[in-house]
Amino acid sequence: MPAGGQGNLFETEPFPKAAHRELGNTQMRKNLRHATHTIRDKRLKVVGELPDWEALRDAGSTIKNNSMATLEERLLEFEKNFTARGGVVHWARDADEANKIVTELVKATGSQEVVKVKSMATQEIGLNEHLEAEGIDAFETDLAELIVQLGHDKPSHILVPAIHKNRTEVRDIFLSQMPVVDPNLTDEPAKLAEAARAHLRKKFLAAKVAISGANFALADTGTLGVVESEGNGRMCLTLPETLITVMGIEKVLPHWEDVEVFMQLLPRSSTGERMNPYTSLWTGVTEDDGPQNVHIVLLDNGRTRALADRFGRSALNCIRCSACMNVCPVYERTGGHAYGSTYPGPIGAILSPLLTGIEVEENGSLPYASSLCGACYEACPVKINIPEILVHLRGDDVDAKREKHKLPTQMDLLMKGGSWALGKGKNIGLLEKALPLGRLAAGKDKKIKKLPGIAAGWTQSRDIPAPPNKSFRDWWSDEKESM
Amino acid sequence: MRIALFATCIVDAMYPETAKSTVKILERLGHEVIFPKAQACCGQMHMNSGYMPEALPVVENHVRAFDTDEYDVAVAPSGSCVASVKHQHPYLAQRLGKPELKDRAKAVGARTYELSQLLVDVLGITNAAAQLGSYFPETITYHPSCHGMRSLGLGDRQLDLLKTVGGITVNELPEADQCCGFGGTFSIKNADVSSAMLDDKVKNICSTGASACSGGDASCLMHIGGGLSRTGAKPKTLHLADILASTMEETVTL
Repeated sequence: MPAGGQGNLFETEPFPKAAHRELGNTQMRKNLRHATHTIRDKRLKVVGELPDWEALRDAGSTIKNNSMATLEERLLEFEKNFTARGGVVHWARDADEANKIVTELVKATGSQEVVKVKSMATQEIGLNEHLEAEGIDAFETDLAELIVQLGHDKPSHILVPAIHKNRTEVRDIFLSQMPVVDPNLTDEPAKLAEAARAHLRKKFLAAKVAISGANFALADTGTLGVVESEGNGRMCLTLPETLITVMGIEKVLPHWEDVEVFMQLLPRSSTGERMNPYTSLWTGVTEDDGPQNVHIVLLDNGRTRALADRFGRSALNCIRCSACMNVCPVYERTGGHAYGSTYPGPIGAILSPLLTGIEVEENGSLPYASSLCGACYEACPVKINIPEILVHLRGDDVDAKREKHKLPTQMDLLMKGGSWALGKGKNIGLLEKALPLGRLAAGKDKKIKKLPGIAAGWTQSRDIPAPPNKSFRDWWSDEKESM
Repeated sequence: MRIALFATCIVDAMYPETAKSTVKILERLGHEVIFPKAQACCGQMHMNSGYMPEALPVVENHVRAFDTDEYDVAVAPSGSCVASVKHQHPYLAQRLGKPELKDRAKAVGARTYELSQLLVDVLGITNAAAQLGSYFPETITYHPSCHGMRSLGLGDRQLDLLKTVGGITVNELPEADQCCGFGGTFSIKNADVSSAMLDDKVKNICSTGASACSGGDASCLMHIGGGLSRTGAKPKTLHLADILASTMEETVTL
């Protein structure tokens, strides 16, 4: 098995514990509910406009599957074409290598400041923290990412990193953290955007180096692409002299034509728009136009590990649209921070443990952070069967823990007992003879209100009805077979 | 037709009336119902909890019990268990390297139907009052359980059948397609999140003014019913099969 990923991919406490804490944040829950429901409704509307949506999803899924099946070939093809156009390709096995490569590239320019386009890959490897430790300031330019950075906070959503904050909270952050800001700043969105614009404009004009992620790389032309809403990305991608892109190796697509499919799937799934406002495509270096030093760091960081999992590998098809998060009832209530990792929500619950290994830190608790309702699978534009992979990873988690536990847990015993009881009609029939005992456990109101051990979680907020006197099986024997 | 009833473990042990209702409906239509007694459970609890080797005997038992020529189609009053039979059984067989089991499981899955699927798609029932004599003079609301809705693609089959029951009023449930928060052992392992999801479901049900919430999965209904009961809310839960089986002569009481 190839090496696991490192960086910000870990849950450091079990999900139920983190979720318990986050559930207590009622303001966050209100903000999240409002935001996710708004995007959810917009998405449904624009998806409904396309008569061939299902065919597009199939196309997206097929292109991604093919791309993953020939990944090595595609990457080498991309390297050849990107290099031919004046770009420089770097390969990074893990977060550590990627951070070192980027730091050296920045240092070589003599600059101690970089501007950044929002990028999940650099969040994943903890690049900002690493640069800071090396004496380099990294300025986030995406509005939401800026709010998170100024608030010394962590992103909680892939697309809307500050989704857990409302306008008033944003205004308070701007007032206290921006060096020059109107003291009478209100929480009107236009005013907040204006404050951010004024703050960022200075950074753009001064920056010599920019760091970006990429939504895709096209193998046959050596082209990179960034899709965004605000235009700040375009500023980063065109103004500085040096442009360094960090991209996970799974983002490579075989052909230029594939963009057609993903430009329909991505904006609709992520922001609920027919088309996003800014799409930038660049192929190496263009003389006297845009950055003259163009680099890409191709990041593995656990991706080949995930690729080796025959049931889980399709998680790498993810195009980071966040549609799964916006429809997930668990995410809606706990928020993104409960998942620990850079990748929250349903996709994070499978992607993080696939990248790191299920046994690392508390990532084994992530696949259980779902009721398996399937809303994520239904929303996924590239048809990643998230519920199936969640169940598969639960199997891996239990298998990994089997060797670690000296004594069986309550759950182990329950499942072993259940395996016997439910493994034969005769056995369950035997147990059902004890149903009247369950009636005794219920009170006069015919409700069971307290269960012992791990089952206590059920009776925390739910009663159980008193069982019947006789099972269906026995009724059938008595009434139907005696006829 | 000869129809094999897969009662499911929870209906067998906790809600025998729902299995009896299923038998009644099918017999009323002139079909012969058999109950393969070797059956026990679909094994979903084990698989969804990650206990794959422990799930194997349960899945093997199910496949053995239903891999016979004794019946034409099998039916279960549970979308979730049918989805497990159709999708999870082949997965488990593949995971544990049992190709022969996988083929047999697929064959069993292919002729296993959820109740409304069988009634609408195979038996051509479009009007419960006219074709089944269903009568239930109450105001109800309806929760479409996730696995039936998404894994089986039941669409409005269950709701459409309920709407055609004699005497019934069906009030729409706000945010009906949101999960109730049961999720099997999810309700135990992530009890806090599950309870938060249940809270919203209970509030939405109460807001409809219905005296019962119906659905096609006994397990979700047990969860929702448990929440309604704990909060002292008035509405009860009642399985789709019980409402369809209810008649003018023998009306089910809440």
